[in-house]
Amino acid sequence: MDTFVIAGKTFSSRLIIGTGKYGSHEIMRQAHDASGAELVTVAVRRVNVTDRSKESLLDFIDPARYALLPNTAGCYTAEDAIRTARLAREVGLSEWIKLEVIGDERTLFPDNAGLLEATRVLVKEGFVVLPYTNDDPVVCRKLEDAGAAAVMPLGAPIGSGLGIQNLNNIRIILEFAGVPVIVDAGVGTASDAAIAMELGVDGVLMNTAVAGARDPVAMAGAMKLAVIAGRQAYLAGRIPSRRYATASSSPDGLVTGD
Amino acid sequence: MRITLNGEPHELAEPLTIARLLATLEIDPRRVAVEHNLVIVKRAAYHTTTVHPGDQVEIVNFVGGG
Repeated sequence: MDTFVIAGKTFSSRLIIGTGKYGSHEIMRQAHDASGAELVTVAVRRVNVTDRSKESLLDFIDPARYALLPNTAGCYTAEDAIRTARLAREVGLSEWIKLEVIGDERTLFPDNAGLLEATRVLVKEGFVVLPYTNDDPVVCRKLEDAGAAAVMPLGAPIGSGLGIQNLNNIRIILEFAGVPVIVDAGVGTASDAAIAMELGVDGVLMNTAVAGARDPVAMAGAMKLAVIAGRQAYLAGRIPSRRYATASSSPDGLVTGD
Repeated sequence: MRITLNGEPHELAEPLTIARLLATLEIDPRRVAVEHNLVIVKRAAYHTTTVHPGDQVEIVNFVGGG
């Protein structure tokens, strides 16, 4: 039985999905349903105290079906990320944290120094830390040594839809990782998710690829299939790539004028 | 009396507990986390933590994100 375990918790879906950028909470709910995901990310923000009419996001996420993975999106320092993580945990719905310490506004690439610092602090405080990082095998190893429950290298910049930009680095990260490797960020369409899974990664996390698609519910369904297909192909053991042809049938017995 | 609530000035008639503050704002306490003067307030302490003039309160919840 091919199971996906993070910090002792077993999932049957290897697709983790976000809750941001949907046209409506209802579309989000349907997309989540179509995706088969069991873990969804949420961000932490101030309550809008002047406009109480907004629907609550949590009304559209069934706690019996989905576990929550709060993130520290928007945090540019370890201090802010740690503060946000503590607040997220205090809501009382999850001890898990997708840890983001951002180093650059345009690329949203991580500040790995801050990320490592925040990881160490939060691991000590008992959080299950899933750090969003880049495709740097050295940083991934350091994060794992610092106690991260998984490592989450980006495929490409958040929301870019560029797909897996550095296949070889992801492969290297996988080779040395002792914790699950989840490709997080940059997936654009189904084949990107399948490609990541074919490399052998443990899971894929995405938000924009689904929420920003013309038909998010259909795309969520496609992603579900892509993650399953990619995983199955990986487990099936692909053929090696060759430079030239190898015929599918032996030439013996061919009816020919020769 | 004035406090800072979620980064903005906020008027209150008198000191009140976090629990009362959430109730008057119609905020479900089970869906938020609260910071009072940069210290996280445990939910069990909402009824016993009082907000005074000049205090800084942050009330956060979960919103959409990736």
